This record gives sequence, C-alpha cells and structure tokens, in this order.
Amino acid sequence: MFEDKKDIQLQEPEQDQRPDWVKDSKTLTNSGLPDEERDWFCDARPTPAPKSNRIMEKFFNWARANSLWILAFGTGCGAIELRPLITARYDISRLGMQPRPTPRQASVFMIGGYVSIKTLKRIVRSYEQMQGPKFVVAVCSCAINGGMYWDSYNTIKRIDEYIPVDVYVTGCMPRPEAVLSGFTKLKELILAGKAEGQNLYAEKFDWYKANQKKIIHDWNMPDYNW
Amino acid sequence: MNIPVKLIWSFLSLAVVTIWGLTLNGIVHKIFARVQGRLGPPVWQPFIDIIKNNAKRTTVSHGIMFYLGPVFRIAGGIGTYMFIPVIFGSEIFSNFSMSGDLLLVMYFIFFGQLGMALGAGEGGHPYSAIGVSRGLAQMTAFEVPFALSVISLAIQYQSLDITQIVAAQQGGFLNWTLITNPLAVIAAMISMLGMNMYNPFSVVIAPQEIPIGPPTEYSSSFLGLLATNRGIFAGAKLILFMNLYFGGATNLFALLAKTFSIYMFSVFIGAAYPRFRTEDSIRFFLKVPTAIGILAVLLFSF
Repeated sequence: MFEDKKDIQLQEPEQDQRPDWVKDSKTLTNSGLPDEERDWFCDARPTPAPKSNRIMEKFFNWARANSLWILAFGTGCGAIELRPLITARYDISRLGMQPRPTPRQASVFMIGGYVSIKTLKRIVRSYEQMQGPKFVVAVCSCAINGGMYWDSYNTIKRIDEYIPVDVYVTGCMPRPEAVLSGFTKLKELILAGKAEGQNLYAEKFDWYKANQKKIIHDWNMPDYNW
Repeated sequence: MNIPVKLIWSFLSLAVVTIWGLTLNGIVHKIFARVQGRLGPPVWQPFIDIIKNNAKRTTVSHGIMFYLGPVFRIAGGIGTYMFIPVIFGSEIFSNFSMSGDLLLVMYFIFFGQLGMALGAGEGGHPYSAIGVSRGLAQMTAFEVPFALSVISLAIQYQSLDITQIVAAQQGGFLNWTLITNPLAVIAAMISMLGMNMYNPFSVVIAPQEIPIGPPTEYSSSFLGLLATNRGIFAGAKLILFMNLYFGGATNLFALLAKTFSIYMFSVFIGAAYPRFRTEDSIRFFLKVPTAIGILAVLLFSF
C-alpha cells in the first residue's frame, strides 16, 4: 500500500490537479500578484541547496553555530525576552550571537509568541528572504500549540505547519535562561548537522505552501519571496 | 625589485594588515562591550562571522551594479592599501609608493564608498538610500578638514609623496607632524572620527535608527566581502594616518603599537558619546575642524 502511494506521488500531476502556484517543475505562477507587478519578482521555485564535502561542512557548521545572527520577530510577548539577553546580565554576544535588523543577513529566525494570520504572512515573507542555512526558534507556548489563543479565530496554532522549526522553547513566558538554553540546543543541532530546515522547506515546498495558502486568503506577494 | 615580486610581497603584507584590521575590530567590540558592562564577543569573532557569511549556501543579487558594489568597495580598500608605504625603509613593505601617491590614496578612500553607494542603490531598500545619502553627505563634510590638513602637509614638506613625508619625520618624536604641525593633526584626527564612523558620527549605519544603512540588502558572501574590506580599510587608513602624522613605522612592532593607539582615539570617543543627528554631524565638520584646517594651511603658506 505504501508503494502505491509512492507511485502516485511520482506521477506528473494533471493540469487541473496542480496547485495554483506551480507553473512547471522549476517555475511558480505568482498568481497572487497583479499582472503589471509580475515582472518585478523572481518566479523560480526554491531547490534544496547542496552541502559541501563532509570535512568542510563540519567546519562551516562550527562557524554557523558560533555566529548566530538573530532576526527577532516580535509577534507577541516572547519578544520581550530578547532584550535582557542582549543586556549585561545575560549578554548573548559572548556566545557570538547578535541581533540583526534585516532578514538578508540573519541566520536564526526567532518567533516570539502567538502568530496571528496577518503576522503569518510577514513571517513567511521574512523567512523566505533569509539566506540559507537558516534556523527557526519558536519561543512561548503560543507558537507551539496556540497557548491561550488555542480557540482563537485569527491565530494559528502550530507555526511548525507553515515554516520548519528547529527548536521550541516552552513557557508562558519562558525566562531568558530558557531562551538561552534553546539557543544552546540549536547550536548542538547545527554542530550535529541536523538543522537543515532550509532544505526541508525546499523539499516539502508544496505542503508548506498549501498550508500557508489555506490560512492566508489575501495572498498579494510572490509565491516564493527570493 | 621587479613588479611581479613586488606584487607577491604586497599581497602578503595585505594579508597581514587584513588580519590585524579584523583583530582590531574584534578588540573594538570587546572594548564597547566592557564599557557597557558586558563580556562581549571573543576577539576572533569577526573571523568566524566572515567564514559563516562565505559559507552560506544561497545568495540573492539584484543586478550588475548591486553585484559590483562590494567589489568596488574592496577594490577601494585594496587600492588604498597598495599605494601606502607600510614600513619605512623596508623594501618588502613599501608597496607601490611613488611620487604623488598621497593624491591617489585620497581618491581611493572616496572610490569604495561611491561604488558601494551605486550598488546599495540598486538593492532598492529605502534604508539603503537613506544610509547612502547620509554617508555621502557626511563624507563630503569630513573630507574638507582632511583635505585641508593634507594640503598643509604638502606645503610643509613640499611633497605629495608619502615616503618622503615619512622620511622627513624620522629622528625622534620631536620631528613628527604631531609636534611640527599640530593644527593639521587636530583637523585630520577629527575628520578621522567621521571616517571610522563610530559615535558620534555613526549616522550611516545608525543601529536602531535606520537599522543597518547601505548594506541592508547585502547577504552571504557579499557581506563577507564587505566585512573583509572593513579590516583592510581600517588597517590602510590607520597606516596612512600613522605615516602622515605620527612619524611612520620602522618595524612591525611600532606599526602595530601606533595603529592601535590611533584607532583607540576614535574608539574611546565612540564609547563615550551618543550619536549626532545627520545635519549636526555635517555642520560640525564644516565649522571648527575646517577653521583649524584653514589655519594650518595659512600658517605654512606665509
């Protein structure tokens, strides 16, 4: 039965069965954009980025783990935990971490709290603009299971279904120590070569995109924000 | 020494200066952290950051000029360095110093920033444009006292050759420009504060204000290139200032000690002061430092 399923996946989908963002195997339609804006944006589909050879990759992973540049996305109360981390008491800069104001330069995406549908759009956009390898740390219970917004009409429950998350930090709210231990865990994952969220996102692009488009109805951005 | 051999030595000394410049950057981060009561990143953090940025697997370019921006920037850095004699009396460390190299070096200091301005402009981010306009305005302002100071030096030593200017300062610290022409040194040191872009003249990068300024859209290896250039350019500028105003260096140890002390001047001021507003920063350079520069020129003209 499992093999049958595999066969179905391998078949080229019919024209009407294709998701509306797939033009062909390498191009996206960008159907959410107005016609006059389509030329402005890249329509290539993301592909998994190849790794270097084993020894170099190990060295690069060491550098990545020791130079985590954080893009803090202050969606909820968890964002306030980043401030004490930067100040003298916890001082993440001694671990080689620093906050970075632009997604282009950051390597860790920190989602601080509940994610409303409106914010999810910006999260997807920022996440896709980051250059890989990129890692995601979701802070607070709201990002894990909705937390106190579990039954809310405009809040998503699991951020994991929309972008790949490497480390969750539980708590409502977690102490700065907990966030710090989350980053330490992320470092361990990177050093072990297990933090490959970027490639996962590229491989399961259709699944993530379907989940995102199910929630975000006013999709007025490219299908992948290069 | 023929040109290929000279090139090899120049690039070897370039590597030394790059490492020294990046180490200085690391030390500066440490000092700022200690002033703020933090432990701060390790001194070798700039190297790790450069490795990480170059090891990124993807990168995004917005066009040819965007791509060339960091290339021009690092060409400006290397160009500045290549025409400055590093160690006086050493043939290996004299680079491509020649008569009139001072003018060429002053041009190269400008060159990188102009290239970067074009490249960052094509990135299309509003913060880039704000950063670029601030950077060019401030650069034009701090070039005035610096140029006046260099003119004063040219009159004083009757030369635009950096090697000759260093040669004229040999024989004890009483011969340094610092003692013989203090007004020019004051004007130049103030304009160096603007060049190094630490507080109070950090309007270009301006953290928390226009988050990171011109390089907002630059990622991955572009950023690695810009960070490498920060090391080269810091080293080259410090060696230029050391040559012009502090008697140059006759050995590597003197070079390291002098460039470190010159850098600390702007670092200590940067750690102690808040940021100027853009218009205040530009006006600042065009008032007292320019007046001091004019005085320095007048003093040696008659």
